[in-house]
Amino acid sequence: MLALDKVGKTYPNGVRALERFTAQIPQGEIVAIIGGSGCGKSTLLRAVAGLDRASTGSIRIDDIDISAPHEKIGIIFQEPRLLPWLSVADNIGFGLSELPVAARRETVAQALARVGLSDKAKAWPRELSGGQAQRVAIARALVPQPEVLLLDEPFSALDAFTRRDLQDHLLDLWADTRPTLILVTHDVDEAVVLADRVLVMRPRPGRLFAEIQVNLARPRDRSSPLFEAVKRRVLTALDRSLDRDVPDSAPAEAVGAWW
Amino acid sequence: MAMTLDTTALDATDTRAKAATDKRWHRYARPALGVVLPLTLALAWELAVWSGWSSGRLVPPPSRVFATILELAQTGELTRHIATTLMRVGAGFGLGVIAGTLFGAISGYWGVARRLLDPTVQALRAIPSIAWVPLFILWLGIFETSKVALIAVGVFFPVYLGVMGAILSVDRKIVEVGRTFRLSGPAMIRRILLPAVLPAYVVALRVGLGLGWMFVVAAEFMGASEGLGYLLIDGQQLGKPAQILAAITIFALLGKTTDWLIELITTPLLRWQDAFRPGGET
Repeated sequence: MLALDKVGKTYPNGVRALERFTAQIPQGEIVAIIGGSGCGKSTLLRAVAGLDRASTGSIRIDDIDISAPHEKIGIIFQEPRLLPWLSVADNIGFGLSELPVAARRETVAQALARVGLSDKAKAWPRELSGGQAQRVAIARALVPQPEVLLLDEPFSALDAFTRRDLQDHLLDLWADTRPTLILVTHDVDEAVVLADRVLVMRPRPGRLFAEIQVNLARPRDRSSPLFEAVKRRVLTALDRSLDRDVPDSAPAEAVGAWW
Repeated sequence: MAMTLDTTALDATDTRAKAATDKRWHRYARPALGVVLPLTLALAWELAVWSGWSSGRLVPPPSRVFATILELAQTGELTRHIATTLMRVGAGFGLGVIAGTLFGAISGYWGVARRLLDPTVQALRAIPSIAWVPLFILWLGIFETSKVALIAVGVFFPVYLGVMGAILSVDRKIVEVGRTFRLSGPAMIRRILLPAVLPAYVVALRVGLGLGWMFVVAAEFMGASEGLGYLLIDGQQLGKPAQILAAITIFALLGKTTDWLIELITTPLLRWQDAFRPGGET
């Protein structure tokens, strides 16, 4: 269980990026955090990762206080951030330096096969495409088997095809060990495809605004009416969070009829 | 239709032949291209002197320079001069690199040290290094110590700047990766910072070495009884331009060779770089 209790972050220049964010996330849940720019979603993620300290509140995993990077937490950034001087295999094994060499090699080989890049083991990161590089980043983060995996807009720099591919692939990998996933995104489609629960945030100061359960069976059909209906709910919440005028949201039956 | 087929077949052979030529061109011709200009000039001058168009007294032809080198080599004098100069450059370069790396790393890594140290180093850097010569001679005497010190000073600054700049420009995002994997301080240095600064460090070493060669000449100008710089001064005072050119040629060869050695040693370590290579890979 990941417990966020009234987490807040005020930067030294006085900007209140995040205020009193409270959420309970049970082990294995996939949560998407979505919101306009400046809503504090990246701030929140960096605090959970232990990269930046929250100014107020507490972040706990099973009653362990998180204030610095922790072995139970892995993170995937928007850019792959591979180390250019290490081969693909060594990049994946980067977090396994405590393992004996043979075991490490074995684990890395399995991870490479799992992300479908066995033939790239010896390649340099510069030789990979954007999608391949992000796969390596995912493998690197998953290989130490974190309980919580944080993803900061992980697919936003990829083209639409590769993005869908990797979304499905991520779910596949997630099913192996079922870590908790917290995904920051600004792509409503992505949030609804992946998440069990979508948290909508509002900006200035960053706050939790709405919470939408996604009770759809996986794999999810992106074009099903139910999927569309959930998407609409998220979009409506987003619009409200930005104080935009919201057209009367269509009831679900109407959506069904429209299809 | 037959016509079209024929041309495609022809095109294919053409392309293949062209690829083979290209390959040979890459292997031999391209490096050789660099020698064309100096060889042509040398040959032209040789011909000019040989045909009597110029006496070659002040600018001796390549054959005479070569003869001088041979002559010096036969008496064993040349070996002695080269060894002396190499020792001085080696010692000065070594000391300069050690000091430059150490201070550069300290300035780059600790902000407080940088604010404390860097202004002074930058102020010292603004002094033309040759200006230290009189002081070094007063302090360290006329013999080896002052010469090595001067070379070390020349090498120190580019290495210091290179190391500090490289550390300061290490990508924060890459460092963050190290943090998420909870690397300790030493592990962060060994696994993230060192590899990240290596390319810039190699450049700094090469610049430092170049300056080392420059300063050894200055050092040997200020009263030396042996060394390649001494050969230069000796050639000037006794009116032997061939000896001057011989010394210059050897400087060029040694400078290029030592630089190439650094390149040779470090290239395998930098193979990962995604570098821009104008004109293709060479």
